[in-house]
Amino acid sequence: MPRLALVTGGTRGIGAGIARALKDAGYRVVVNYHSADDVAEEFAAQSEIPVFKWDVSDFEACQAGVKEVTEAHGAIDILINNAGTVSDAKFENMDVEQWHRVLRVNLDSVFHMCRQVYPDMMAQKWGRIINIGSMNGQAGQLNQVNYVAAKSGMHGFTKALAQEGAKHGITVNTIAPGYVDTYLMREMPQRILDKIIDKSPIHRLGAEAEIGHAVVFLADEKAAWTTGSTVTLNGGTHMY
Amino acid sequence: MARVALVSGGTRGIGGAIAKSLHDAGYKVASVYANNDEAAERFHKEMGIAVYKWDVGDFEQCQEGIAKVTSDLGPVEILVNNAGITRDATLQRMAQEQWQAVLDTNLGSCFNMCRCVIDAMRAGGFGRIVNVGSINGQAGQYGQVNYAAAKSGIHGFTKALAQEGAKKGITVNAVAPGYVDTDMVRAVPENVLEKIIASIPVGRLGRADDIARTVKFLVADDADFITGSTVSVNGGHHMY
Repeated sequence: MPRLALVTGGTRGIGAGIARALKDAGYRVVVNYHSADDVAEEFAAQSEIPVFKWDVSDFEACQAGVKEVTEAHGAIDILINNAGTVSDAKFENMDVEQWHRVLRVNLDSVFHMCRQVYPDMMAQKWGRIINIGSMNGQAGQLNQVNYVAAKSGMHGFTKALAQEGAKHGITVNTIAPGYVDTYLMREMPQRILDKIIDKSPIHRLGAEAEIGHAVVFLADEKAAWTTGSTVTLNGGTHMY
Repeated sequence: MARVALVSGGTRGIGGAIAKSLHDAGYKVASVYANNDEAAERFHKEMGIAVYKWDVGDFEQCQEGIAKVTSDLGPVEILVNNAGITRDATLQRMAQEQWQAVLDTNLGSCFNMCRCVIDAMRAGGFGRIVNVGSINGQAGQYGQVNYAAAKSGIHGFTKALAQEGAKKGITVNAVAPGYVDTDMVRAVPENVLEKIIASIPVGRLGRADDIARTVKFLVADDADFITGSTVSVNGGHHMY
């Protein structure tokens, strides 16, 4: 039976691109989402990928959600921590709730989800954990102290868990996308979008499918020697 | 008039050495501590440095504490976020409380403390923020997904706030110490410590003063072109 992959925040944007790419590559895929029921229903109908609703920023919701997935589909072999949110503000205007919300959804969620699936991965001596970081976590960004801290924290999490998972056949890697053409980007004023595109030597936004392609690469059986790594996909916008 | 410097976790270990070094360099220094009254009292007596007790993981306590420091000494122009704790466990044994305590104290504190001094720094057109990260935030570490995530989050936090502070004369940098001879490292088992020292090219543990002199360099008035930077001080232990 093909391996089972779970993608958080997987019904739209980059997460949906990842879920589709994994399904096309022959994996069994399920996705988690939190808020947009109509989007999730449409995604499930189009892709024939089962959707599960819970809040990844809530530890107990993750326990219950992963249990539900596991009972229906078996142990999760591949976990993609993709769910994320932004709450931008200049630092001097950022309130403590904005800080906590972004940290909970983008970083605590990685602990919450890994903590649930890791024992099964250990038991079967195989696992793939792929965390979706961000170019902004690498380079810093105006008005995003919360988001940048969370995403860059994810990079540290990846390297620490990679050290632990190594002897259990579990690899842990990060993908750091730059600006990808998703519904979020389409809400941006054209003027800003043009500036962003100008900064990329490749001179375009990334495609959702391109992030999916990188996830498929890392999830592969043969990617067993790639761990603790950050794969950067940003059209050359930030090199370091 | 001498600038006011505030050092969190500033009565022992690396923080104590940073406070002493800034005090010796002529700054007006305040050290914050959380628990150890006896050590704080001794430090205060020996060094003549003002000590304040509050939990930097708590936003409201930071607001009150910084208001008190400001009324006693004047606006904080130099902030060294050094306070940190460890709660080590491999992921499959790590409790949610261990995750949250380390994230709140090591990373949440950077938000809390910076948020409470940023207005005064912006108003004064001058600020120096130095966040103490860690080699383990850069390289990852077995048994420390919480600590590595928090410390690597600090590195992102630093770069984002550096972007914002730049035009207001506020620099934000990180120092990433390797293994330094402090209480935290002395708690490591002897045989593990020997292995660690053997893997440090310089052939010894760091001294708290190795870190303190780096902080002193970064907070100086003439270090105004250094921002968003991470200075590794680790005896060559991890180069990247």
